[in-house]
Amino acid sequence: MDGKNRRATLVRDLILIAVLLCLGIGLLVVSRSHNRTGAYAVVMVQNQEIARYSLAVDGVYDINDGTNTIEIKDGRVRMTEAVCLNHLCIRQGWIRFENQSIVCLPNRLSVIVRGTDDSYDYVL
Amino acid sequence: MDTRKVVHMGMLIALAMVLSFIESQIPAFVAVPGIKLGLANIAIVFALYSLGFREALGVSLIRVVLSAILFGSVVSGLYSAAGAILSLLGMALLKKSGFFGTVGVSVSGAVLHNLGQIGIACFILKTQALVYYLPFLILSAVLSGVVIGIISAVLVERLGGEEYGRRAEK
Repeated sequence: MDGKNRRATLVRDLILIAVLLCLGIGLLVVSRSHNRTGAYAVVMVQNQEIARYSLAVDGVYDINDGTNTIEIKDGRVRMTEAVCLNHLCIRQGWIRFENQSIVCLPNRLSVIVRGTDDSYDYVL
Repeated sequence: MDTRKVVHMGMLIALAMVLSFIESQIPAFVAVPGIKLGLANIAIVFALYSLGFREALGVSLIRVVLSAILFGSVVSGLYSAAGAILSLLGMALLKKSGFFGTVGVSVSGAVLHNLGQIGIACFILKTQALVYYLPFLILSAVLSGVVIGIISAVLVERLGGEEYGRRAEK
């Protein structure tokens, strides 16, 4: 590859990177722009709702036959215990906005914050 | 397939496994599932440039199966497989187009890897909630893809890419 060709390829690579960066930042801005504080923490296991807790009531709950424990406090919810290897779900910390979720892949479980009107699935 | 090519592929699989192992020893530094360096992609990109699409696919899939057995689980293997196939298809197409260099190819491979993983995760968990992670996954993939792409580009250049593959065929 000669020098000129190489430079053209580099420029196209940079454009590709810039486009992908813009896509990521764009999606981030869009998903951030309609944040509404949620009302419920809904526990889903394989798309089945197994429990629903109001975020207005503080408490600690064992869910999914005790594989996971969630804590609700000050209108936020977090995973405090989980039977899995990496504990990524715990490290995700608190969530409070509608459609935010904590996912525990090993237990196929997710905790999703929903609003009062129970507006369903998330569309970007 | 001649012996030299088999040896060459075996070497790249071994390299990919070592890189997967090193990566599995690095603790997750961000609390978003799926964010990782993708070190093994160095071996896959090199396989794509030195041997070709079919061979790279072989290296990639064998790596996925072996690392699922050694460091992961059936489920994690499924996620990786979806990401690996989508990523390799995209990389092969971009490489074939001739428009992009190793870095561009590697970056799009990284992004597609994460898209494939999140796609299959949405399918398995039957939820769209994971789309929430998409922006973070794309941004992290661009960053790690650039790093991995530069490493791969240096390797392909120093070792001679296709020329290296031809030497392997002789």
